[in-house]
Amino acid sequence: MNPDILQRLAEKEHVTATATPVRINVCAAASCQSRGSDELAKNLQRQIKGAKQAKQCKVRYVGCMGLCSKGPLVEIDEPARPAIHEADRRLLQGATVDDAPELIDLALHGARPTPLELDTDMPFFTRQRRVVLENSGFIDPERIEDYVARGGYQGLVKALTEMSPSQVIDEVSRSGLRGRGGAGFPTGVKWATVAKSDGSPKYVVCNADEGDPGAFMDRAVLESDPHRVLEGIITAGYAVGASRAYIYVRSEYPLAILRLKRAINQAKRIDVLGTNLCDTPFAFDVELRLGAGAFVCGEETALIASIEGRRGTPRPRPPYPASYGLWGRPTLINNVETFANIPWIMREGGEALSAIGTAKSKGTKVFALAGTIINNGLIEVPMGITLRDIIDDIGGGVPDEKALKAVQTGGPSGGCIPAELLDMPVDYESLVKAGSIMGSGGMIVMDETSNMVDVARFFMEFCKDESCGKCVPCRVGTSVMLDLLEKLCQGTASRRDLDLLKELCEVVRCTSLCGLGQTAPNPVLSTLRYFEHEYTDTLQPADPHGYPLPMLQTS
Amino acid sequence: MTATLPMPTPPTDDRRWKAVEATMRRNGHSRNALIETLHTVQDGFGYLDDVSLKFVARALKLPLSSVYGVATFYHNFTLKPQGRHSCVVCTGTACYIHRARALLDHLREKHDLSDGQTDADGNITLLTARCLGTCSMAPAAVFDGQVVGDVDEQLIDERLETWADS
Repeated sequence: MNPDILQRLAEKEHVTATATPVRINVCAAASCQSRGSDELAKNLQRQIKGAKQAKQCKVRYVGCMGLCSKGPLVEIDEPARPAIHEADRRLLQGATVDDAPELIDLALHGARPTPLELDTDMPFFTRQRRVVLENSGFIDPERIEDYVARGGYQGLVKALTEMSPSQVIDEVSRSGLRGRGGAGFPTGVKWATVAKSDGSPKYVVCNADEGDPGAFMDRAVLESDPHRVLEGIITAGYAVGASRAYIYVRSEYPLAILRLKRAINQAKRIDVLGTNLCDTPFAFDVELRLGAGAFVCGEETALIASIEGRRGTPRPRPPYPASYGLWGRPTLINNVETFANIPWIMREGGEALSAIGTAKSKGTKVFALAGTIINNGLIEVPMGITLRDIIDDIGGGVPDEKALKAVQTGGPSGGCIPAELLDMPVDYESLVKAGSIMGSGGMIVMDETSNMVDVARFFMEFCKDESCGKCVPCRVGTSVMLDLLEKLCQGTASRRDLDLLKELCEVVRCTSLCGLGQTAPNPVLSTLRYFEHEYTDTLQPADPHGYPLPMLQTS
Repeated sequence: MTATLPMPTPPTDDRRWKAVEATMRRNGHSRNALIETLHTVQDGFGYLDDVSLKFVARALKLPLSSVYGVATFYHNFTLKPQGRHSCVVCTGTACYIHRARALLDHLREKHDLSDGQTDADGNITLLTARCLGTCSMAPAAVFDGQVVGDVDEQLIDERLETWADS
């Protein structure tokens, strides 16, 4: 491929785009689609065609604009004069299929007050920092031209033509990027380990098996900007010396799958995927693999088993996949959001990313904000921002004048952070210190009506159902812990049950084979830590017959 | 000594088997393609029955126990025929906060449907989803493929009633 092709594509796209004075951009991500954005877009197109206004106004599908609870979202923009600041954007909310005439009128005849107006000067938009989501809501996810016009694939071309694989790894190390799947392992170190491992061929695996309930960041990235993930994967392949990648994506995400397939085909057409990329000997291929619904497949060794067509059960590590992964070959496994950071790092430089965030947590993090909060949706914030800024400012606080009780992060492996800790910074270390984890980015807000024992029961039920059954502590432990939590919720538990629950938390945490079991007690431990009175309030007096603990007797 | 077994012929001349064979062929009849193949079978037939499991096992030269193991391990695969209509209630965290459990209780008490079950006349199947990722619309449910937000008991009753007539 000739690197100039990107430049030519971008210029051509600019000419085509600016030929239309004004565009109506309709969100085509899953949430807005379920709210009827597809019908709206079709109606808009029909009406514009009917009125022969196609030259003045164009309807376009774009990715997620973030504020899902106000969807379907629509933006009116002028390609010749793109908005520089978030506050300058013209967004419209809750547009139904019948609002099409109003939207066309607004687009063609300039701004005027309308009930559909969405204030873009509010903190939800102005306090975000976009790296991973820089194109989300701005480009048509199904057109590679849109992505290239916004600087897409430049980072990859730079890596391939100007840098050696080890220089690429150095750049990633310099950025301080850590794995966005939850554990936060330094990405540069992981890449260097795979690059140094003996064995060939090597593989790259993109973990898009977003299994945490209440988390939809990866889905939004894949649906809104699939090429970004692809570019990150190809760059990683070059850096570690791999020739093939697998994207393991949940089968529950049909739209993401469709857009990834299109993206792969388009990338092959302009030769950023295939053989002899940028006239180098580097050849790379990407294949999709569908999951079949198993939370444990987010664990890397289970994921490998699933790609190999087997039951998704984990195996002990070491050996780590970096030396013994897919089909026994060195394998690099990163999460969607980690890969989505790479194009930005290659384009802007590692230093630029490390300038954002805290001393140990660099860059930004995408969160899915949901639960009892006014502004539900997808946000990207710099690391180190306080929880209070996220909840009160960006999220707009808790509705119905209720008080905030806790914020749950990290899904079933995470914990609940109580309202009194709202001023803590959001970074990997602080969250662990508070008894939770960063996790993949689900952030569920709970108001005063939530019962924390029931929250713990909810997550334990999840872990019990999702335990693969390979190791005893997780298979039996989660089941017994769930029984105890059910008893606590029904108010029939005694002090002995609570003590047994606490002991099981330790046993399951220390002895389970993989992360699922090791972290399954976290929701219990964190709610016990901050809301123990909710557990003890319902306890029944000790059994009058006083028989000994049924399972575990110490000395 | 390994004898090469001939490729088994599909159980029936149903055209849907062509898609299944195409999936296996595309993956070189490799054992790695088991999950992909089962996806294709279920997409075509709605569920995995004994006949299809045996056929896939023979075609991919896998023990039937492995195929059965995979088919029962993953939530997406079902060994039971599904109803004509499906109702999937999301049980993700945001939906849990917004009373998804009460909706399931309602479905069990009023409509006698519990998770994974199909009603007696094979009309409606109730399923639960881990998380649909449409948390802003919680509680969410999928009625025959259409995602609906802010679901309450009344809406469920209405939907199920229209299905009962059809």
